[in-house]
Amino acid sequence: MSTEPVTEQRQAEWAERAVRESAAGQPDDPGTPYAGREQQVLARIERARRRRPVVREERITLAHGSGGKATHTLIDAVFLEAFRNPLLAPLEDGATLSLGTARAVFTTDSFVVNPLFFPGGDIGDLAVNGTVNDLAVCGARPLYLSAGFILEEGFPVADLRRITASMSAAAKAAGVSIVTGDTKVVERGKADGCYITTAGVGLIDRPALGPPPEGSPGLSISGARPGDAVVVSGPIGEHGAAIMVARGEFEIEADLASDTAPLHDLVAALLDALPTQVRTMRDATRGGVATILNEVATGSEVAVVVEETAVPVRAEVTGVCELLGIDPLYVACEGRFVAVVDGAYADRALQALHGHPLGRGAAVIGRVVADPAGLVLLKTTFGGTRIVDLLVGDPLPRIC
Amino acid sequence: MRFVDEYRDAGMARALAAEIAARCEPGRRYTFMEVCGGHTHTIYKHGLEDYLPETVTLAHGPGCPVCVIPMGRVDDAVHIAEQPGVILTSFGDMMRVPGGRGSFFDAKAAGADIRMVYSPLDALKIARANPDRRVVFMAIGFETTAPSTAMTVLRAAAEGLDNFSVFCSHVLIIPAIKAILDSPDMRLDGFIGPGHVSTVIGCEPYEFIAREYGKPLVVAGFEPLDILQSIHLLLGQLAGGRAEVENQYARVVPWHGNRVALEAIGKVMRLRPHFEWRGLGFIADSALGMADEYAAFDAERIFDLPGIRVADPKACQCGEVLKGVLKPWECKVFGTACTPETPIGTCMVSSEGACAAYYDFGRFSRERVREATRS
Ligand code: SF4
Repeated sequence: MSTEPVTEQRQAEWAERAVRESAAGQPDDPGTPYAGREQQVLARIERARRRRPVVREERITLAHGSGGKATHTLIDAVFLEAFRNPLLAPLEDGATLSLGTARAVFTTDSFVVNPLFFPGGDIGDLAVNGTVNDLAVCGARPLYLSAGFILEEGFPVADLRRITASMSAAAKAAGVSIVTGDTKVVERGKADGCYITTAGVGLIDRPALGPPPEGSPGLSISGARPGDAVVVSGPIGEHGAAIMVARGEFEIEADLASDTAPLHDLVAALLDALPTQVRTMRDATRGGVATILNEVATGSEVAVVVEETAVPVRAEVTGVCELLGIDPLYVACEGRFVAVVDGAYADRALQALHGHPLGRGAAVIGRVVADPAGLVLLKTTFGGTRIVDLLVGDPLPRIC
Repeated sequence: MRFVDEYRDAGMARALAAEIAARCEPGRRYTFMEVCGGHTHTIYKHGLEDYLPETVTLAHGPGCPVCVIPMGRVDDAVHIAEQPGVILTSFGDMMRVPGGRGSFFDAKAAGADIRMVYSPLDALKIARANPDRRVVFMAIGFETTAPSTAMTVLRAAAEGLDNFSVFCSHVLIIPAIKAILDSPDMRLDGFIGPGHVSTVIGCEPYEFIAREYGKPLVVAGFEPLDILQSIHLLLGQLAGGRAEVENQYARVVPWHGNRVALEAIGKVMRLRPHFEWRGLGFIADSALGMADEYAAFDAERIFDLPGIRVADPKACQCGEVLKGVLKPWECKVFGTACTPETPIGTCMVSSEGACAAYYDFGRFSRERVREATRS
């Protein structure tokens, strides 16, 4: 390697600082035999991962909206920090509230998808189904929704009509009413057409999901335990793949439609069959199934082992993902959920799901084991093992 | 996607693994370097090491395009992006590569117009659509991507576009391999040669490795079975006392390379006398700049660049990792100060980087997992 006279040389201050900050508080234990060193490094990394996350960036980047690591960090370090309370802290898909004698679930979601209209749906049914699904996977019967619109100056009223028509149809299909709303308009260029925020309320009217003595511990992301089975309600990644193709940036043609659908009925079928044996459910949106599995692993302090060959993925989705170098496990769905159920009831869960049109493609994709806690492991089709981590950065911004 | 599945068959993998184990001499340890980041990615993504005997170690090489970009180069690109009227275009992988003042993502969040593209032709499209802006393409990669950059410049010249330029940071694979071979820490038994690069340069340029350094090299495809097969071939050469260049990826790689692609490079670009590689320092004749005839498309000549060298952070051991001397986890800051979320070194950025691949896919103890997943 030749050397080159260097005129001016600088230090990367931020990097030196990051190294110092991280080194403070974790002394390296020297003098250990080589064989065990990798293990020690792995243990050190786990400790580092458990520390409170800090937002290092000075500004919001697109990665903060990805649903992956940066989003989790932002939620933890900024939102949870500011709003901390016992109802928010579990970071479930919705908050479970006691209103008098009733137990209700309250949730909200914003939609910025690009394009607004895509095969299989549009931002309107997405906004209704997204909130309906968040309520459903918390065990609630969805009842009432709100809808807030942020519109860009110049947005065609005909498009808005199309959106509200599909919202109305989706609400009807889900058995909910949109009972309150709000409208704001911003100058041209300050938003991209139309953004929608919905919030929803639902009732938990299953005694089995209530507090003890009648009820189980309820649905909770911390409820998974070794021996449980992991179920997905259908083939994954269709929404994300359809959006990618619809954007037309990749010059790919594929026969794909979004899977957007209301899941309350399917969830009810599962809870009817397994009143107390479902540990947790989440609908797999941004960040895909992989993100939920990671939330289960960290939330319940368990390992999740997934069999790649068991994961249902349509050939078109595999094809698009292969071309773009994206793993379908990370691709968004809008009409699929992941459930962790008592392992002994896995077959009964599948039976219940298969009996519903939206659950025909349901499959057991993996199981919960004790060790190594906090990790999601994938047995690959090829026969090897690897980790499935939270995604860093955003392969596809504005997917929902 | 049936055509992929046949290279991911677990049954064939098991059969090949048995043959690999049989070819290993008892008591002998083998270290092979996969030069290309694409191979590193495949190895971790499919958990390929599960099929290798303990005595076979894979060292990860320097062939990850963004891993070799030094911090000063990122700062120069950000400087270009900050000039009035500029749109900087870049591959997505490049967006998070840290510079002395942060990454493209940071610069974008601070107001610079930096856009992700999937090919240099997309950058050209942006240039056509924005005649009042100056569109710069951050060109990175080995001989694999250099031809498409060159063809794009030729297209821009033919169209007479005067608002398009290239910040040429293309590097060459052979000088990097040579640098590794000449490094005193070298303890390699052979190379898994880069498949994509070889579609352009062919297999001949590797012959000196076998001839002068006595090391076997097998050019390999990117499916997991391709890699197992090349390891099998490498072990076969070693067992027979041979050192040759073999082509496992003949279904794609022509022995003599791609003349059209090489000509395009030769026309538009010229060899730089030296170029700084992240972690490896300056390597002579190791990179491509724009030829004088295409100076009008050379961002280095259009913009006044600060060209300041930014020293790698003291704790950073990317150089050792790129040379395959250290395993990623042996770097002092691996997984603590340096993570894919907040990378300090470049190997932690792209999923083709050894550190990121190990962190994202391989960060677990194989013994413990074997226990946990026994069914
Ligand atoms: S851990 Fe980070 S700093 Fe260390 S070698 Fe890897 S990328 Fe470079």
